[in-house]
Amino acid sequence: MTPKAALSGYRVIELASERCALAGKLLADMGAEVIIVEPPGGCETRAWEPFADDVPGLENSLHWWHYNTSKKSVMVDIETEVGAQQFRSLLATADVVIEAEPLGRLDALGLDWNQLREDESQLIWTSISHHGRDGADPPATDLTLLAEGGPVWSCGYDDQLLPPVRGGGNQAFHTACHYAVPAILVALMWRETSSRGQLIDVSMLGAANATTEFATLWWLNAEQEVQRQTGRHAHPRPTEWTQIRCADGRWFNTGMPPRNKREFAALRTWIEELGLVEECSSYEILKLGDQYERIGVFELDADPLAGEVFQAGRDVIEFLGQRLPAYELFLGLQERGMACGIVYSPDEMIEDPHFVERGFPVDVFYEDRNSTYTHPGAPYRFQRTPWMATRAPHLGEHQVLIEDISE
Amino acid sequence: MTMPVEETIEPQGLNGIRICDFTGQLAGAGATKILAAFGAEVIRVEDPTNKGKWDILRGIPPWVGNARGLEAGGAFNNHNAGKLGITLNLRDDRAKELLRELVSISDAVTENFAAGVMDRLGFGYDELRKIREDIVYVSNNGFGSTGPYSSFKSWGPIAQAVSGLTFTSGLPEQPPAGWGYSFMDHTGAYYMATAVLMALLHRRRTGEGQWVDLACIEAAGTLHGTATLDATVNGRAMRRSGMPNSNRSQSPRMAPHGIWATQGENQWIAIAVRDDSDWRLFAEVVNEPWSQEHRWQFAVDRLSAEDELEQLVAAWTAPQDRHALAQQLIDAGVPAAPVLRPGERIDSDERTSDLWITVDHSEVGPARVEGLPVRLSETNWSLSRGAACLGEHNSYVFGQLLGLDEQEINELAEEGVI
Repeated sequence: MTPKAALSGYRVIELASERCALAGKLLADMGAEVIIVEPPGGCETRAWEPFADDVPGLENSLHWWHYNTSKKSVMVDIETEVGAQQFRSLLATADVVIEAEPLGRLDALGLDWNQLREDESQLIWTSISHHGRDGADPPATDLTLLAEGGPVWSCGYDDQLLPPVRGGGNQAFHTACHYAVPAILVALMWRETSSRGQLIDVSMLGAANATTEFATLWWLNAEQEVQRQTGRHAHPRPTEWTQIRCADGRWFNTGMPPRNKREFAALRTWIEELGLVEECSSYEILKLGDQYERIGVFELDADPLAGEVFQAGRDVIEFLGQRLPAYELFLGLQERGMACGIVYSPDEMIEDPHFVERGFPVDVFYEDRNSTYTHPGAPYRFQRTPWMATRAPHLGEHQVLIEDISE
Repeated sequence: MTMPVEETIEPQGLNGIRICDFTGQLAGAGATKILAAFGAEVIRVEDPTNKGKWDILRGIPPWVGNARGLEAGGAFNNHNAGKLGITLNLRDDRAKELLRELVSISDAVTENFAAGVMDRLGFGYDELRKIREDIVYVSNNGFGSTGPYSSFKSWGPIAQAVSGLTFTSGLPEQPPAGWGYSFMDHTGAYYMATAVLMALLHRRRTGEGQWVDLACIEAAGTLHGTATLDATVNGRAMRRSGMPNSNRSQSPRMAPHGIWATQGENQWIAIAVRDDSDWRLFAEVVNEPWSQEHRWQFAVDRLSAEDELEQLVAAWTAPQDRHALAQQLIDAGVPAAPVLRPGERIDSDERTSDLWITVDHSEVGPARVEGLPVRLSETNWSLSRGAACLGEHNSYVFGQLLGLDEQEINELAEEGVI
C-alpha cells in the first residue's frame, strides 16, 4: 500500500503567478491537491525560456515544468461573470488559497478575502505582495526586491567598484514562499482544533529583509555597516579569503581552516602521502600545530605563534589547491575531518555520487513526450509520508474539476 | 516560580506544542525561532560543560549594545528569541533520564548536529521512539544522515558552494561572488520549520510520528530548478562562456536588467526592463537620443546587444541620485530600486518597520531582533522574550514540568548534571 502523503486531503487553489508558484509546489509535492488557476492563454511563465529542446510552446517552458510539479491546472477567466462564479465555486471546496495578484485586482472583481471571508470561514487565504496588503504595489521583480530588501548590499566582490550582485535563482520570490508555507501550515494546525480559517499576509520585501543574516545583525546591535567581500561573508572589516581556484580551474570554498593538532597532523600526513614535502614551504610550520588543542579564531592576535600556525594551515590548503582538482581537494580535506566545499554548478551538484545515492535526483515521466527527465528532488526526506513529483499540468488539463463543481 | 510561558491575549497557532530543541547556529535555531514565534513552547537544551558554546554564535560579536559575554551575542539573541533554555550534561546518566522525561512530554525533537551525534548520545530516532512512539524528530545537517558524505561537515557557505548557489551568484570573468552571508542557514531553517510543521500536522491528523532527515544542501539544490532542467533536459551545462551573470535575467529574459553605479561612493540602482512596453516607458524617462533609437524597441535586439546597452545605461545612471531615479522609474511603471544599505532599510524604510522588534533579554535588557515578515489575522506571531540565559529555565522545566523539588534541582546543579 502506498503510504499516505502528509498533506493528502487538503485542496489548495493557487492563482498562477511567478511570485507564489514555489509555495504551491512545496504543498503539492507533499500530497496536497494544488489546483492552479490560469487565465485564458495560460500563465505568463509558460512563455519563459528555456524551453525543452529549445522549442517554444505552452507546454515546453522549463520554468513551468520546475515550479508546477504535482499540480493540476484549470483555465478560468475570473474577469468574466461566469469565470468569477466558477472561481467562487472552486473556493467553496478549498482549504487554502494562495495568490500574489496586483493589489486591488481581486477586490475590484469582488473576489478578494474581504468579500469571501463570511462564506468561507474555514478558508486560509494567503496573499503574497510587495510589502503587505495595506501597502503600495510598485512595479518590482526579483532583482529590485533583493536590491531594496538587503541581500544585494552584501553580495559581490572585495573590489567595491564592481557592482554588487544579485544572487541567482529568483530567491526573493522563493524567500517569500519560504515564509508563506510555514504560516499556512500553522494556520492548518490551528484550524484542526478551532475549525476557523484566516488571512495570511506575506511581505516579499519583509522576507528579503529577514534573510540577510549579519548585515542586519551588525546594524541592529552595533550600527555597523558590512561591506562586500569576494565569495565570503560581508563584514564590517576586511577578512581573509576563503575561496581558491584549484588546478582544474574550479573554485573551492576552504571553509573553516584547520585549528587543532589532529587537523594539522592530518594535513601533514596527506602532504607526505602525495610526496610534496619538498615543495611545500609551510610544511615545517605545520609541525608546530602539534601543541594546539584548538586555536581560537579570536586568539590569533594574542598569540603570534598560533597566528603563524593558523596561517600555515591556510597556506597548505591553497598549496594543495594549486596541485589538485577541486573534487580531490574536497574529498581529501573532508575525509580528514576538515569542513570545506567544492563550488559546483547546480547541474553538477545533482550528478554528484552522494546526492545520487541518496536519491536526490528524481525521474519525472512525461507521457506526452514519452520521455523521462531528471528533476531536483525532495528538499527533505520524510520517513513515512512521501515526497513525490509528477509533471507539471498542461493548460486546463483538469478543467473537469470546474465542470464537476457546476453540476 | 513564575510561569515563563507568555500569556498572550490572542490565541497562537502552535499553543500546546512543545519542542525539545537541540538546535544552534542559524540553520537550526532559526527554525525553532519561527515555531516559538507562533506559540510553541521551545525548550532549548544546552551543554553546561562548555557553557552552550557548541553554538558558535553564543557570546560572540556583534554584541547587544554595550553588554559583553556569554549572554550578549547579538546573533545568538536574534536566533533564539522566544525560547526557553535549560542545561543537561548528557555524559551523566541522571541527565539522560531527565532528557527521556522531557522527550516523553514533547511533541518534537529538533537538532542540527553533525550526522550521528544523537545516536552517540543515545537519543537517535529509534531510541526517541521507544520513549514516545509518536514523536516527530527532525535532523538537519549539510549532507544528510545517509550516503557517502554523511560524515562530512558543513556550514552555510559550504552548503552554498556544494549546492550551486555560490556558482550562480556572480559576474562574468570574475570568481563566484557567492552569497555574502549564510543564505542557506536562513533557508535551511525555513525548510526545517516547514518539515517540523508538516510532520506535526500529519501527526495531528493521524497520530503518527516520524523522522525527517533534512540535508541543507539538498534543500539548496532545489532552488535553481530551471537551470538544472536546462542541463538535464537540453544538455546545456551552466558552466559555459559568459555564465553565470546573475545581474542579468535568464528566465524570463529581460534587458536591460542589472545594477548600475549612481552618484556618490558605493551607491547603486537596480533596474529591470521586463518587456517592450517597459522599454517604451524607460526610454521616455531616459529621454536621450540613444533611448529613442528604433534598434532598441524589441527585446530580441536589446538582448543581442546587451553589453552595449548596459554601457549606455551605466553612463546615464552614473551622475544621478539613486533614490530620485528609482522613484522616477517606478512612477513611470518600470521596476527599479536603490540598493539599500543596512541602516537605510532598517531605520528608514517605513514599509518594513513592523519587522524590527525589541525583545527583553533577562540579562542584557531590551534588544532589537528580526520578527517575521508575515501577519496572520487570527493567530499572529509574537516574540517578546530574548534568548534564554544558560539554564535560565531549569527551575520551570525540571521543577514545574518534570516534578523535581528545589533541593533536587540544586543538587543536580551542584553536581554538574544540569
